[in-house]
Amino acid sequence: MSLLEVQNLKKYFATQKAVDDISFKVSKGSIFGLLGPNGAGKTTLIRMITGIFYPDEGQVIFDGKKFDPVNDVVHIGYMPEERGLYKKMKIGEQAVYLAQLKGLKKNEAMAKIKEWFVKFEMQSWWSKKVEDLSKGMSQKLQFVTTVLHEPKLIILDEPFSGLDPVNSNLIKDEIFKLAQKGSTILFSTHRMEQVEEICDHIILINKGQKILDGTVKGVKHQYKENLFSIGFEEIPASLNANPPFEMVGTKDHLYVVKIKEGFRPNDVLNYFLQQGAKIVSFNEMLPSLSDIFIKLVEGTPLTRQFQAITV
Amino acid sequence: MNKIWLVIKREYLTRVRNKTFLLSTFLFPIIIVAFIIGSTLLAIKTRNKVKIAVVNDPGFLQKNLESDSSSVIFEYPTDVNSSNYESKGYIGLLKVNSDTAREKYVIESKKSLSIETMSYVERQMKKAIEYNMLQEKNIERKILDSISTASEKAAQITNQLDTGKEANNKLPYIIGFGCGIIIYITMFVFGAMVMRGVMEEKTSRIAEVIVSSVKPFQLMMGKILGIAAVGLTQLLLWIVFLMILVNIIPLFVSAETLEQFQQVQEAQQQLPGGSNNTVALEMLKATNTLVNEVNWPLIITCFLFYFLGGYLFYASLFAAVGSAVNEDPQEAQSLMLPIMMPIVFGFIILSTSIENPDSPMAFWGSMIPFTSPIVMMGRIAKGVPEVVPWWQLFLSMGLLILGFIFTTWLAGKIYRTGILMYGKKATWKEMIKWVRRS
Repeated sequence: MSLLEVQNLKKYFATQKAVDDISFKVSKGSIFGLLGPNGAGKTTLIRMITGIFYPDEGQVIFDGKKFDPVNDVVHIGYMPEERGLYKKMKIGEQAVYLAQLKGLKKNEAMAKIKEWFVKFEMQSWWSKKVEDLSKGMSQKLQFVTTVLHEPKLIILDEPFSGLDPVNSNLIKDEIFKLAQKGSTILFSTHRMEQVEEICDHIILINKGQKILDGTVKGVKHQYKENLFSIGFEEIPASLNANPPFEMVGTKDHLYVVKIKEGFRPNDVLNYFLQQGAKIVSFNEMLPSLSDIFIKLVEGTPLTRQFQAITV
Repeated sequence: MNKIWLVIKREYLTRVRNKTFLLSTFLFPIIIVAFIIGSTLLAIKTRNKVKIAVVNDPGFLQKNLESDSSSVIFEYPTDVNSSNYESKGYIGLLKVNSDTAREKYVIESKKSLSIETMSYVERQMKKAIEYNMLQEKNIERKILDSISTASEKAAQITNQLDTGKEANNKLPYIIGFGCGIIIYITMFVFGAMVMRGVMEEKTSRIAEVIVSSVKPFQLMMGKILGIAAVGLTQLLLWIVFLMILVNIIPLFVSAETLEQFQQVQEAQQQLPGGSNNTVALEMLKATNTLVNEVNWPLIITCFLFYFLGGYLFYASLFAAVGSAVNEDPQEAQSLMLPIMMPIVFGFIILSTSIENPDSPMAFWGSMIPFTSPIVMMGRIAKGVPEVVPWWQLFLSMGLLILGFIFTTWLAGKIYRTGILMYGKKATWKEMIKWVRRS
């Protein structure tokens, strides 16, 4: 059952095809990674999902129905990459105001805010102003205001930027908890190590188009290069003829090999066993998402060029 | 609707609770009143009695120069000359230099005399010379005096209207001009407040968070209406406060001072720029006349309408400009120019149309929504329906309503795109594109 379904979404600006025919599904309760280099069209895509922009073509299906920007926005919590809060407003009032805009009653909002403030040890902040907060502190506040109204869909654009590891973990844990409680999380970033850690499913977009779609595990297998690392007690002095692999590199007591077409890992093990080598470890080396990302995005110009669009 | 209300509430409360709001609300009327009253009182206090010694009198001066016991006194001592007039208590020495071919009157003094003193002496000298020449033609002093008594009646001329009422020519002028100026100033002040508010939301990036909950148009309208409420609150407090001041001050000012006030004012009217104190005088001359002679309900209703209408017309345009620029206030300046020009232009039309409320300039100025809030107030004060027929008033109001619906619609489109655009500021040309595209 998918909570969000994006169908053939298009948005052209005067000089760019910001989003060019993108479709994907986000299933309920999952943590979904939206990846892409700078300027790939992530923000535009998110803005269409949150109802800030109208798509030129295509549609968004939210919770089984066509997305209705007026009524459905209360079920969405959006934390933009560029953080924003009213600097001169008191923190407590600000949180209440933002919650009310999402349809919460004042009392309800107050109670929930207090709960979150206790959780994040922010109780003493209530009547401080945002301008008195550090970057990390306002980040936490922003996160609280995003998830306060228990939205079905939480969209987080680079949620960890500017946070120290302790606070990063705090928020990461909350993200997992929210997903367990049934919220769906759309997570946009270009920090790949976080994606591997957190996301179930990812898509990669570049130049306004989707170039990759799948589970983290699936994608890694899709892009694996049949690389294995083999650890030895002692590196074999020489290799017999016709190995079922190619040498990629060696390091200390490790070989990194690439299995030739038509062979299986067992053939490699057999080969070394016949040689009498003492094997300590044998691991498949899956590419990191970072590698895949670079491989896919490389070769395209680093920054998007402006082009005239004729619709 | 509920969301707009939340935005309005926030905009209103954060501003009204601000210290600068309280300060400007209570200090502004005090400063204005203190300035007007103070400058006039100062004029009274500094008006010293001065004595001028007249020497070398060719014979007619003593007969014809009139002293004013409260300001300038002419005396004709015999033992005073250029070297000792000051020690004898005279500020100046008036004499006739008859060594030249033509007679030349001179006042010697240590310091330069005040404009007021000089103009009094001038008027008296003029009269003395005229009288002297008439007397030389055998016209008796008695006849001359009766002429001047009779001609003083000209100063009391009144303007009777066909309706039987006596026209008050000064008061509508003051009211019309005053209302026009207030609308002119508040349009700038509150328009700029809207613009700064939009810029703040854009640069602090809160705009994106908010527009993921409310529509950009709701956010813009909430801000505009919230600030309108702030403006009305402030205006209302000013009016109440001014009323209190106007009613209290006469209690502390004696009748004698009021009399002097009148004199100062009359003396000053002869001078360029001297009419400023008329306002102060009208304010001090009890409020009765003000209340009776003016159609206050109409004026106040129209004032509130044009204040709000003019504000709404321009505020959305200011919001559009705010959404199109980034942090730099300099950027806003160049975009604001096309908006500010018509407002300033309206003010210029106001100052001419208040003299000629029937001129084509005044008529068109009060119809076109760009200038009508300012210009129409100047005309209305002159009388509805005597000067401004009802149809003109209603047409002007209708056009203003259509006008602000149009500007709000236009600004809403620019705002929607602009508020999320970062980078370089947009030009008017680009903004027109935004309107077309969205």
